[in-house]
Amino acid sequence: MGTERTVAVGIGAEELATADMTLNIGPQHPSTHGVLRLRLTLDGERISRAEPIIGYMHRGAEKLFEVRDYRQIIVLANRHDWLSAFSSELGVVVAVERMLGMEIPERAVWARTLLAELNRVLNHLMFLGSYPLEIGAITPVFYAFRERETLQRVMEEASGGRMHYMFNRVGGLKEDLPAGWLDRARAAVREVRSRMSDIEWIIRGNEIFRARTRGVGVLSPEAVLQYGVSGPVARAAGVDFDLRRDEPYLAYGELFGPGRPGRVVRRTEGDCYARFECLLDQVYVSLDLADACLDRLADLPPGPINVRLPKVLKAPEGHTYAWTENPLGINGYFLVSRGEKTPYRMKLRSASYNNIQVLSELLPGNLVADMIAILGSMFFVVGDIDK
Amino acid sequence: MGVINLGEPRVGTISRVAPKPIKFVLNWGRRYSLWVFNFGLACCAIEFIATSMSRHDFIRLGVIPFAPGPRQADLMVVSGTVTDKMAPAVKRLYEQMPEPKYVISFGACSNCGGPYWDSYCVTKGVDQLVPVDVYVPGCPPRPEALLHGILRLQEKIAGESLGERYGPASPVPVAQPQAESRPPSPAVLRRPLQRPPQPTSADRPEDPPEASPENPPENPPREPPQPPESSSGQRPDAAPRPGPLPPPNSVRGPADPSEPNLFLP
Repeated sequence: MGTERTVAVGIGAEELATADMTLNIGPQHPSTHGVLRLRLTLDGERISRAEPIIGYMHRGAEKLFEVRDYRQIIVLANRHDWLSAFSSELGVVVAVERMLGMEIPERAVWARTLLAELNRVLNHLMFLGSYPLEIGAITPVFYAFRERETLQRVMEEASGGRMHYMFNRVGGLKEDLPAGWLDRARAAVREVRSRMSDIEWIIRGNEIFRARTRGVGVLSPEAVLQYGVSGPVARAAGVDFDLRRDEPYLAYGELFGPGRPGRVVRRTEGDCYARFECLLDQVYVSLDLADACLDRLADLPPGPINVRLPKVLKAPEGHTYAWTENPLGINGYFLVSRGEKTPYRMKLRSASYNNIQVLSELLPGNLVADMIAILGSMFFVVGDIDK
Repeated sequence: MGVINLGEPRVGTISRVAPKPIKFVLNWGRRYSLWVFNFGLACCAIEFIATSMSRHDFIRLGVIPFAPGPRQADLMVVSGTVTDKMAPAVKRLYEQMPEPKYVISFGACSNCGGPYWDSYCVTKGVDQLVPVDVYVPGCPPRPEALLHGILRLQEKIAGESLGERYGPASPVPVAQPQAESRPPSPAVLRRPLQRPPQPTSADRPEDPPEASPENPPENPPREPPQPPESSSGQRPDAAPRPGPLPPPNSVRGPADPSEPNLFLP
């Protein structure tokens, strides 16, 4: 763009030469969900280039993994994606169990599935609340947090944590679920399901919300496959891939299938509205899955909740890759072990890292106001990007 | 018309000379209308948001989270891990806040590094960058803990004097970053007991001796300068009136000058 400005006054003025402006959004900004920095090059209000600059939340978790043993890792593993902490811990212990060839008790499998699905609901509720807030609708965030509190109470009773559970262990769960917890969990699930209508009626189908999100930020399936986008963001673009159905782990093999409660929510439009709808519908699916797990847990005979571990747990030499369908997308855990107490290398493939890479393709051509809508609809957590 | 020099803005000038009821009212106004600038970095930000929501609601304490930016905020809640990459931004945003300003460090990571205490890229504690008023421990702290932290801050503000907080350096600095203080060495624990300085034989009236329990005021060489209404006919079981405080720069440290003195500012 030219940098000299010629202002011609009068009828028939020549075209104004303009200069592009570089606008920095973040790292501290209300709409960036944390410390993501976006360097936008703007032509007026229109974005001509966008570059996400990450690293402001890089805490060196992968390096710290190398000096933590397999129980201490869980403390760090659940803090990179802080909204879906249970699923993150799950991936780590699944990787270690796979290395050890460990078979975990059935009770633990179902309890883990249940808690993972409740965690998924918690994660989605957060975005269901904060995304309308960025668009301008203030009420849904209060409803969303009210449901979150209901579920967090249940999770806290079982694990002791409201957000960071540290409840998974290699071989199962830390301890058995409290007495009477199944009934309270069932009541909580029922309550949340009945009150989801508050958020639905106010946002889904709302004209203003639609106007801001329909047709905005369309992500093509090719871009999804090229950038490795996963999770509800990818399924909203039409890419039909859900690890819970396609490569089941835990108890998902029994829950996904014809006539079963699990179903994969998919849309084809790929715009912000489709992503939001995917998230909303996934909440209902997860609540159904949680109900199914509760029923199954009630029927199971009493049994162990974990495998008795040696005092010092050493994973055998070798490497393995375990991937899980976390609420935000696919998280992969590449574990390399030299036979010691601590991993030699635990590499995390985090869903949000790939999900926001696509921003440099999605944002150009849009207005700054649409940038807010698109950024919010990508459903990422900065800790997950930076680890 | 040239640039008008408005002079350096000063906080606390009036409250230093104001009478106590005015100070009380000013402190009351300040502590119950804290506009918070949420410096949400990581997981603790989620608990911060949960505290602002309907169940725990810190808005009822006067802490309003609607500050559009640091320039309209009084309180900064640093919630989450401060990484080395983010540290200059934290410092810069703190400096953009107008005084009087307060900082709550929320969560283990911003208190001291938390679970990332041995990381190569984490600032172990936001108090290395900005002065912190209240530390709320936890990982993440419960919303009730944040409410408690806010209440403690409000109590702290109730008892404070802005003149002392922002005025010229007082003997005991308030609200200074920790980076300037040196940690005490273990040699400090091996020092012998330090006795208070004894007055010399040339007993100047303004030389302040310590009124210790074994030196009752009736003892003439140790008698501190008494105001006229307190005669030597004091009741014997009355507590000895303490002498005036020693001047701030009196050396009361270890006999060995090479050892660091804990008590000097």
